[in-house]
Amino acid sequence: MTETLPTSRKSRRVRLADGTGPVLAVLAVLLVALAFAGPAYSEPAGYLALLKRAAPLMILAIGQYFVIVSGGFDLSVGSLVTAEVVIAARLIDGDEGATVWVIPLLLVTGALVGLVNGLITTRLLVPSFIVTLGMLLVLDGAVFLWTGGSPRGALSEAFRVVGREGFEVPLLGAVPWSVLLLAALVVAAVLFMRGGTGRMLVAIGDNETSVRLGGGRVERLRTLAFVLSGVSAAIAAILLGGFAGVSAQVGDGLEFRVITAVVLGGVVLGGGRGSVVAAMAGALTLEALFSLLNLLGVAGGLESAVQGVIIIAAVAYASVGRIPFRTRRST
Amino acid sequence: MVVTGLTDEAPLVRMRGIGKQFLGNAVLRDVDLDLRPGEVHALVGENGAGKSTLMKILAGVHRPDAGSVELGGSEVAFGSPREAQAAGISIVHQEFNLLGDRTVAENVYLGREPVRRGQVDRRRMEADTAELLDGLGERGISPRTPVRRLAVAQRQVVEIVKALSTDARVLAMDEPTAALADHEVELLYGLVKRLRERGIAILYVSHRLREVFDLSQRITVLKDGELVTSKATAELTPDQLVRHMVGRPLDALFPDRAAEPETGAVRLAVRGGGNARLAGIDLELRAGEIVGLAGLQGAGRSAVARAICGVDPFTTGTLELDGRPVTIGSPRAAIRHGIAFVTEDRKGDGLALRQSVRDNALLVRRAAFGRARGLGALDLAALLRSVTLVARGPDQEVRYLSGGNQQKVVLAKWLAVEPHVLVVDEPTRGIDVGAKKAVYDLLRGLARGGVAILMISSELPELIGMSDRVLVMHEGRLAGELPAGPSEEAVMTLATGHATVEAA
Amino acid sequence: MMAAAPAVATRPAQRLSRVLQPTVVVYLALVLLLIAGSILVGVRGGVLLDQGGILNILTRSTALGLVAIGQTMVILTGKLDLSVAYLIGLCSLIGAETMAGDPGMIVPAVLLTLACAAGVGLVNGLVITKLKVNAFIATLGTALVIRGYLESAYSGPAGEVPRAFQHLGYARIGPIPVSALLMVALAALAWWYLMRTKGGYHVYAVGGDEEVARFSGIRTDRTIIKVHVLCAVAAGLAGLFLASRLGSGAPWVGVDAGYDLESIAAVVLGGTLLAGGRGGVAGTIGGVLILATLDTIFDDLGVTPFFKDVVRGAVLIIAVALYARRRGVLR
Repeated sequence: MTETLPTSRKSRRVRLADGTGPVLAVLAVLLVALAFAGPAYSEPAGYLALLKRAAPLMILAIGQYFVIVSGGFDLSVGSLVTAEVVIAARLIDGDEGATVWVIPLLLVTGALVGLVNGLITTRLLVPSFIVTLGMLLVLDGAVFLWTGGSPRGALSEAFRVVGREGFEVPLLGAVPWSVLLLAALVVAAVLFMRGGTGRMLVAIGDNETSVRLGGGRVERLRTLAFVLSGVSAAIAAILLGGFAGVSAQVGDGLEFRVITAVVLGGVVLGGGRGSVVAAMAGALTLEALFSLLNLLGVAGGLESAVQGVIIIAAVAYASVGRIPFRTRRST
Repeated sequence: MVVTGLTDEAPLVRMRGIGKQFLGNAVLRDVDLDLRPGEVHALVGENGAGKSTLMKILAGVHRPDAGSVELGGSEVAFGSPREAQAAGISIVHQEFNLLGDRTVAENVYLGREPVRRGQVDRRRMEADTAELLDGLGERGISPRTPVRRLAVAQRQVVEIVKALSTDARVLAMDEPTAALADHEVELLYGLVKRLRERGIAILYVSHRLREVFDLSQRITVLKDGELVTSKATAELTPDQLVRHMVGRPLDALFPDRAAEPETGAVRLAVRGGGNARLAGIDLELRAGEIVGLAGLQGAGRSAVARAICGVDPFTTGTLELDGRPVTIGSPRAAIRHGIAFVTEDRKGDGLALRQSVRDNALLVRRAAFGRARGLGALDLAALLRSVTLVARGPDQEVRYLSGGNQQKVVLAKWLAVEPHVLVVDEPTRGIDVGAKKAVYDLLRGLARGGVAILMISSELPELIGMSDRVLVMHEGRLAGELPAGPSEEAVMTLATGHATVEAA
Repeated sequence: MMAAAPAVATRPAQRLSRVLQPTVVVYLALVLLLIAGSILVGVRGGVLLDQGGILNILTRSTALGLVAIGQTMVILTGKLDLSVAYLIGLCSLIGAETMAGDPGMIVPAVLLTLACAAGVGLVNGLVITKLKVNAFIATLGTALVIRGYLESAYSGPAGEVPRAFQHLGYARIGPIPVSALLMVALAALAWWYLMRTKGGYHVYAVGGDEEVARFSGIRTDRTIIKVHVLCAVAAGLAGLFLASRLGSGAPWVGVDAGYDLESIAAVVLGGTLLAGGRGGVAGTIGGVLILATLDTIFDDLGVTPFFKDVVRGAVLIIAVALYARRRGVLR
């Protein structure tokens, strides 16, 4: 042991890398493999397309990260994405002018759903797993109640721009709007997690009582995490709606996929550990993997099987990292 | 009588040349230890001296890297606590190993439930537990009560019964009084005596010197993993013992008290404070003084601290800060009024163990003040130096620090918000003598700087050594006030609510 | 702290807590629901608890009950099994395909199905205990793997169940289906195991505090593996039951009914703590009956099926909030 060292810039950078290492390594390997497997990845456009596909999941991962790191779960995001897309289609119904007010409305809806999740979890002391499971049922039911099984209406062109279109940049070619949005959100999330509120969320996941006795408003902060998760689902829905169009299945299974992604990034279920960058890297890794499997011509059914094995292997690697070969082989 | 069996009887346990390494660090080197039937053998030393490791080797939790363990004359090598248990060695853990939702009997026989015709023989289990409790004179505990309804001291009894139920011949007790109040310690004394009479060999690990001298027949001192000395208790004085442990006499631990003129204006005043646990609390804390708060467990010491700090606020009476009435309804409000609260349970309430030293030290600042902080800039390095923290750096996770350094981080996080009133509940529990000294110096230094300090401690010598005044509580009320340096008897008289000193 | 509480106060509190045992509350709620439902249905001119109504409730309860019994044991250890839904589908297929309409193959098919289920449970248990993977992730991973297999190997129902085996699903004594009786018998067996045997004691110990259990010499890994195997076997039985009702194996029969989350909901509704260590099978069966009764009432009232989801979600959240509140008051 040595005497206390003064705060240094260097140590700050090390902190960001906490738990990020393994997932970034896997990601790098996958990206290189993509270049070998598909000609599309010989230029930036291929990777930009990958980012565009991955953007919704990565944004969801940011939201889910906030909830998980503060010690909760949000199982309602998949249903929320579906609900948002269905609502958008119904309200816009092809009317370009409606886009302007529908998008803010979607964001508010996401925030409200998160608020309800957060308030029930923190005020009624119901485990978030149950609350968001209930919310999942409620949202599923509500969507179908409203649409009668098949969504009606259509999205406007303006609405679909963010998810579909791009803009020209020299050297890179067409950069999708969604990638730009993603970049902005990444920066915002990183700054947020470096600030006091972000650190508090992690501390709550580690030891809620210490934050409470330290004068922190634990309920408010945890609720905030759910609200942010709800908003992230709204943003993801806007991208997905634009990218893939209207369907009542758009959000199916997203909740588990995003939890997979976050866990793949080394974020520990139960909270208190993991970085937001790693969570997003986990999401990108998952998408890169699916792209690679696609290129290699692996059947669709195997996709989920691979996802299953990977998620187990990633967590096993993190917890029994001392025997890396055994776990790595199973990927 | 005290020294019976000290020399003549053959040792039941003979540990020779024990060595153990963790990750290349030698935590024990060539340690010998003998345990005799009917003898309490105290094992003392600072934290990190290797006491727990030695005890865990005895109990089969760890295997020694070097040396031998003999039980009843033949060499043994336990692969698991279960094997040690089968051989008659049981361990009473410092932290409770009980399941709150299960009954006393279920806990006592946990993992060893008697089975009859394929079913757990509940009746026999309960009868046997009742018998064991009876044997210890504990008729107040029913075998069918869920453990979560028991008081801390009763849980300790259940732990001991659990250890005894294995027909233990050797009992290792790790800081059995750490969670007990003084009158409960008396209860434990009686228990240990009865265990001795049964011919059980007891290895007793404790930080409390008084217990060591009250209970043990032999003392072994460890320092940095090595054996310093092993002597009959009668041959040692407390001062000698402390010197063996740290190389420093006992009195020197406590810094000088504040001289009279140094105590300033009234910082905090409570008048007629009361809530579900408290009634008629009147107290004043002046700038620059350390006020001790004494009392038996359950007398409401912690309740006063929690009320002042807004955790379980006062529901009646008034609270004034620097002469102005304020309402404190939450920890947040208390902190924003300059009141800091070092809680009793360091790990449970105080620290986010998996976070860095930095994040913990900044926790209160960030949690209670957020963006619009009315505080000046913070020099983290200076803050950590001021609490004499020894760590690899501000990025080290707090869980890797020793108990003493963890407590310094707790203090740092409160000092980061520059409190005017500091309430400390058991500030030196479970930390070694060196770290205790550091905490004492720090508290006194803060008082000199004008902070008003309310200190709670179950260790009377510490409370008396540190306080400028001692307030004593009894059944949720203040029973009286004593000037600096009262006798332990005077404190206990007020604490027990009797005019006479409680019979030992 | 508790020492200071006056002795008088604990007695009524104890009595109150005994009266308010979750199990009692669940069955009280069930009775109230039956009464309220009977009145509502009665107003519409129907009868809730006629022969058909009882049959309906019990039939609905059987499959969910089977899964929930297993899920109870897993949750009591503080774990959770998300793989049951896909496993049910898989087991229905294994059973039906092995039988292939031949009555002589019933016994071998049942044995093979249960063995396969046990194998899946074993994998779950081993991944959780040996690879130290969080149960949520481990069973989610297994679920995805099974799903991948089902997706690539099946496109619809397969196999055929002999007539004799179909009787199992449809035979009844009065209004009581034989299969429901078998489910209740299994529940009784599980209750006996949990409350009376050493193994059952250890289940509660592991859920109460895994460390404490380990220190007390309990082989916690073995206990955890055991409950996962039992849970998977229970899911296997549910798969067989559904195959006998449908006449063939169906890959998505478990998923479409949402038996993974539904069974967790039933267990939690029955008063078992999601964190483990407290609760039991009796409450779970109550929870299952409540969910089935709700469905039946809604059917009788002609409420849209999607509204049911909303009510289920709400009921679940309210129930857990009430339990949480009650614990808070008595503590």
